[in-house]
Amino acid sequence: MTNQYEVVIGLEVHVELKTQTKLFCGCANAFGQDPNSQTCPVCLGLPGVLPVLNGEAVALAARAALALHCTVNSYSKFDRKQYFYPDLPKAYQISQYDQPLAENGHVTIQPSDGKRDIGIERIHMEEDAGKLNHLGQRLEDAEGSLVDLNRAGVPLIEIVSRPEMHSPEEARQYLVELRTILSYLDISDLRMEEGSMRCDANISLRPLDYTGSLADLPRVEIKNVNSFRNVQRSIEFEISRQRQLLQTGQRIVKETRGFDDASGSTYSQRSKEEANDYRYFPEPDLPPLVLSETWLQNQREALPQLPDELRQHLAQRGVAERDVEVLVQDLNLYHYWSQVVELVPDVRLVTNWLLSDYSRLMNAKGLNFATPQVSADGLASLLTLITSGTLSGKMAKEVLEAMFETGETAEAVVKRLGLSQITDRNAIKEIVSAVVAANPAVVQDFLSGKEKALTFLVGQVMKQTKGQAKPDLVNALLREVLAAYA
Amino acid sequence: MNLTEKEVRHVARLARLAISSTELSEATQALGRVLDYIDLLNELNTDAVPPTTHVEAIETVWRQDRVVPSLSPEAATANGPQVSSQMFVVPKILDRGEE
Repeated sequence: MTNQYEVVIGLEVHVELKTQTKLFCGCANAFGQDPNSQTCPVCLGLPGVLPVLNGEAVALAARAALALHCTVNSYSKFDRKQYFYPDLPKAYQISQYDQPLAENGHVTIQPSDGKRDIGIERIHMEEDAGKLNHLGQRLEDAEGSLVDLNRAGVPLIEIVSRPEMHSPEEARQYLVELRTILSYLDISDLRMEEGSMRCDANISLRPLDYTGSLADLPRVEIKNVNSFRNVQRSIEFEISRQRQLLQTGQRIVKETRGFDDASGSTYSQRSKEEANDYRYFPEPDLPPLVLSETWLQNQREALPQLPDELRQHLAQRGVAERDVEVLVQDLNLYHYWSQVVELVPDVRLVTNWLLSDYSRLMNAKGLNFATPQVSADGLASLLTLITSGTLSGKMAKEVLEAMFETGETAEAVVKRLGLSQITDRNAIKEIVSAVVAANPAVVQDFLSGKEKALTFLVGQVMKQTKGQAKPDLVNALLREVLAAYA
Repeated sequence: MNLTEKEVRHVARLARLAISSTELSEATQALGRVLDYIDLLNELNTDAVPPTTHVEAIETVWRQDRVVPSLSPEAATANGPQVSSQMFVVPKILDRGEE
């Protein structure tokens, strides 16, 4: 048997949909409320009630599916997945089993060896479970638990990738791109720390000489890791754990494992071999979901511009590839950028200022572009002072910093600090002539071929003008005056 | 229909039913008879009948996404055998469930 293995990773991502109400009842879908203040007989699982599907949740789910290049099935149905757990009051979860809402999509990632599509096998709708607050550090040590059912019945979509990722980095890229696409749709809060986006990772090691089916390889599922970074860490740990087992001739057990943030390791939660028996059957309380082509077309038309379209658009506008990604990852920043570019059409200038100096000042204040400190108009008028030659780049930095501190307009700062660039040719020429006359030795050096001497003279002129002379103009005029001495 | 006692024990476990060995053989026979009865359906020729998943000929019933008042936390937890801080108290969980 070989010691060479290919890492095989598949991801299951749960996303809570940002609807007003739960999936099957009219209770509010809102995070962080008083325990059990958003429950009713339906989501408490009391007898004699009937679930009624939330149409808006279907619309949001369909938009996610379309944006991820899936085929939305015109006919799908709901099923009961049965298991006992205290966060599941009905003792079954309404989910979709063999006829999910959507299938066959993809997310494009860009690992170092080139762009690649990671397949999405399916997207189905289901209801979330309640929340357990364990009395103890970890589930394993808990003395007991408190059950809050506010989350029970919140609409979820589960996005199941194909097992087509081969490194923790590819898994990270898939998650980042998936979240970016979903964030454009504005269908979810996508907060991993609040549980509105959750990720389970399936990992197996395929011996390179293995020719059997992937499904027959022992697979480990790591459940509910709470950040992208920890998804990556848990996969890294799991790969080395499995590799070590295989290399010492041990067997990998098919199981579910948890991730411990503090130690960076995974731990066994439950052996999967005996537990996976959900006895799915069609949900008798819900009729099948049949979606018309007209309805689907409406969802298609409701799609906003998506990250790939924006990438193309920005590249066409001449934004450098690296900067494109920064703008694409932060829609607030992009909106700000487009407002400024509207006023100052120099794309390179605007992008440079926004992504370097402006972003640096924002970061220093811990702000993001949802609440820009200086308005787009304000930045545009500052940049206009650069393009018109009134301010040098260095001066403009000073002005921007002052605008950040005091909230003044660019013009007001320029006036207060007396900072405008001297562009008057005659005024500068007068100073240049005086500097040349006052430094005969340096002039001789220059004339005898020491180019460096010019730098000294430029410095003298800048000193006399308090840095307000336009540097390229000073340079040109110096050469002009010196030429007369030669 | 021939059910094995192993199958019945498995189903009982999934349903969290404690079943004694005397009950086991009895249940195996009784469940087998139920399945035999259901098996009568196989005598029908359903070649021309499209598969269906719902007893009624309806489809796509959905509602508007509008909030209606919930129960009070007190009412919601009124049937809980033990309640603390407006939440149901459940004993230590040994086996992890699935989502």
